[in-house]
Amino acid sequence: MSVKNILIVGVGGQGTLLASKLMGKCFMNIGYDVKVSEVHGMSQRGGSVVTYVRYGEKVYSPVIEKGEADIIISFEQLESARWLPYLKKGGVLISSTQKIDPMPVIMGKAEYPSDILSKIREKGVELVSVDALGLALEAGTAKCANIVLLGAAVRFLGIDKEMWVDIIKSTVPEKTIDVNLKAFELGYMA
Amino acid sequence: MKKALMLGNEAVARGLWEAGVNVVSSYPGTPSTEITEFVSKYDDIYSEWAPNEKVAFEVAFGAATGGARSFCAMKHVGLNVAADPLYTASYIGVNGGMVCAVADDPGMHSSQNEQDSRHHAIASKTPMLEPSDSAECCTFAKIAYDLSERFNTPMLLRLSTRVSHARSIVELNDRNEVGVKDYKKDVMKNVMMPAMARGAHVRVEEKLRAMTDFADTEAVEAGINTVEYNDRKIGIIAAGTSYTYAREAMGETASYLKLGMVNPLPVKLIKDFAAKVEKLYVIEELDGIIEAHCIKLGVKVTGKDLFSLLGEYSQATVRNTLTDEKADFDAFDEEIPARPPVLCAGCPHRGLYYALKGMGLYVSGDIGCYTLGAQAPLSMMDSCVCMGASVSGLHGFNLARGKEQAKKSIAVIGDSTFIHSGITGLIDIAYNKGISTVIVLDNSITGMTGHQNNPANGLTIKGDPTVAVNLEALARAVGFSNVVVVDPFDIEGTKAAVKAQLEKEEPSLIISRRPCALLKTVKHEKPVTVNEDKCIGCKACLNVGCPALSFTKRENGKALATIDVTQCVGCGVCASACRFGAIGKGE
Repeated sequence: MSVKNILIVGVGGQGTLLASKLMGKCFMNIGYDVKVSEVHGMSQRGGSVVTYVRYGEKVYSPVIEKGEADIIISFEQLESARWLPYLKKGGVLISSTQKIDPMPVIMGKAEYPSDILSKIREKGVELVSVDALGLALEAGTAKCANIVLLGAAVRFLGIDKEMWVDIIKSTVPEKTIDVNLKAFELGYMA
Repeated sequence: MKKALMLGNEAVARGLWEAGVNVVSSYPGTPSTEITEFVSKYDDIYSEWAPNEKVAFEVAFGAATGGARSFCAMKHVGLNVAADPLYTASYIGVNGGMVCAVADDPGMHSSQNEQDSRHHAIASKTPMLEPSDSAECCTFAKIAYDLSERFNTPMLLRLSTRVSHARSIVELNDRNEVGVKDYKKDVMKNVMMPAMARGAHVRVEEKLRAMTDFADTEAVEAGINTVEYNDRKIGIIAAGTSYTYAREAMGETASYLKLGMVNPLPVKLIKDFAAKVEKLYVIEELDGIIEAHCIKLGVKVTGKDLFSLLGEYSQATVRNTLTDEKADFDAFDEEIPARPPVLCAGCPHRGLYYALKGMGLYVSGDIGCYTLGAQAPLSMMDSCVCMGASVSGLHGFNLARGKEQAKKSIAVIGDSTFIHSGITGLIDIAYNKGISTVIVLDNSITGMTGHQNNPANGLTIKGDPTVAVNLEALARAVGFSNVVVVDPFDIEGTKAAVKAQLEKEEPSLIISRRPCALLKTVKHEKPVTVNEDKCIGCKACLNVGCPALSFTKRENGKALATIDVTQCVGCGVCASACRFGAIGKGE
């Protein structure tokens, strides 16, 4: 198969790295070649962050370019707009409805665009919006919004759901398994 | 065969373990930091955080002299600090093998410049390997030890952000327990005085010639340098990340010479490859080093005429340059506000900066999280060069502009950066009768690289208790008689203390002490609350630049301060900014 590209975007500190780690592990277990490229360091906190997940028979480049992503998983609306050009024509954008004001907006130097998701949808983009934060709180903690979004994305990956459940169980800290599985299920059903 | 999905940095650590490495000493620096963090999880390897890269290199080199396989890691600019020992270590050679990993940062994700560390390899006459993915990180690390011992030289392992911070699949092998070699005193080899060094230089040049032969022959058999012939209309020479981008973009429509050893570069291999392809390109991020080598060999290539000296490449860089393919995509039609990284909610640096804002100070800055204070709304930095330059740079600035300016100038430097190379600047100020005021932002951790312990926080790399540098006593010992400690959340107290020290025509050290808000050991207060009857919507609180604070419209249409309770840790700096007492402690 040709290489599949998944872009995970959000705000530094939102937990994008756990989602990419789980995906990488799952694709490797299935037998694909995998590359996951991340942004590290405290200095990224509060900034726009991106993680690239690529899998297929043989993956060379660790990054995804404009027009190449089969799926974008976005943890925040403004980031959905920012990274939209990376979505392949016909790709799927899974976006949290959460909004986090960046510093120029807090300072009143810039405006947070209105109705971002409906404007993206008007372009004919296949968009799945998920109240990731609300569902995460329903699962037990705001911290598992990342797993809610992973659950929502899994529907588009054509990989057995049970496989993901096993990966979550074997990766997250034992105390958090139940809440993460609940978050995954809520995302999957969203 | 067991395999795992590993970060490049994790794979280097695995390679070190498998190679039987015994001693590792590093200073953190993005994107190299995780190598040593992963190493610290192996009980078979001694590991430590050193005060700076020069010390780390010298510890590793000393261990190699003592017969152990040793290692140090640093970011590209860290190698500048370690350059002094590097350039002579190559003359001396090793006993046990030694490898120094250096991680470049094309695109400057978290660096102050975009230097190409291959120049250091060439200038210091040190061989350099460059892996392109995690599997090669592991195997090249192991190969580097064999080469180090065989050719009697320290080795450089060049990484970059997209290799260090990308996960890919690595095959896991057992540890090769090589032990520690005997040490025999050998003054001609190990003592670099002019008489010995002249002989050593002859040996270095011989080694490099031998390694060039290796690059042309055995390196191909060992899979370090590889050739892939496909369509021969286009031939591409590349290494590391650039190879992955080229191979991704061009597939089997081009032939490839992939170089895993980037110093010394092969000769015959390049000439042979060039002869077998119609049009030859060199694709290399940053400087045109392979290209210059080809030109020297009389090989006709195209490189920097088409490919930029600036920034990170990708498959699109190659595709857009060498093919007619065009990417097709949608874009959002409105302007999208930038989202720069910011000081975290509850960051102690914010309190210090906010206290000093409005005092009209010249702020000589340094490298760390607190560099983020240069941005609006705090805007509390006038200069930032390199590790430690805030202290020495302030002394120079004050010499240029005189006593009165010195009373309006400060340096800000973090605890780890101060230990790294701020202390030498402090000695310079005291020794030369300067009157500068230096503020150490002591948050008890090396923050920006992701929380590493350091000599000032009393914990080793493994988290074990150890002695901590006493910053107050250290400053007094070098000749600073004015040493005061402030709490950066006490805005008025901090302001008064800094004013008092600036007035003195003597050198002063102020320690702004409060641990990083993200440390697990830090207990947070309840989020602050906004009294909507008192808030008049003046937005003065926004000047603290806190991501947990914004303005939202209430039902009556008035825009008032709003606290994001998921982020706020109740530090209260915003409360100090409110003249109307509208922001209060949470209950």
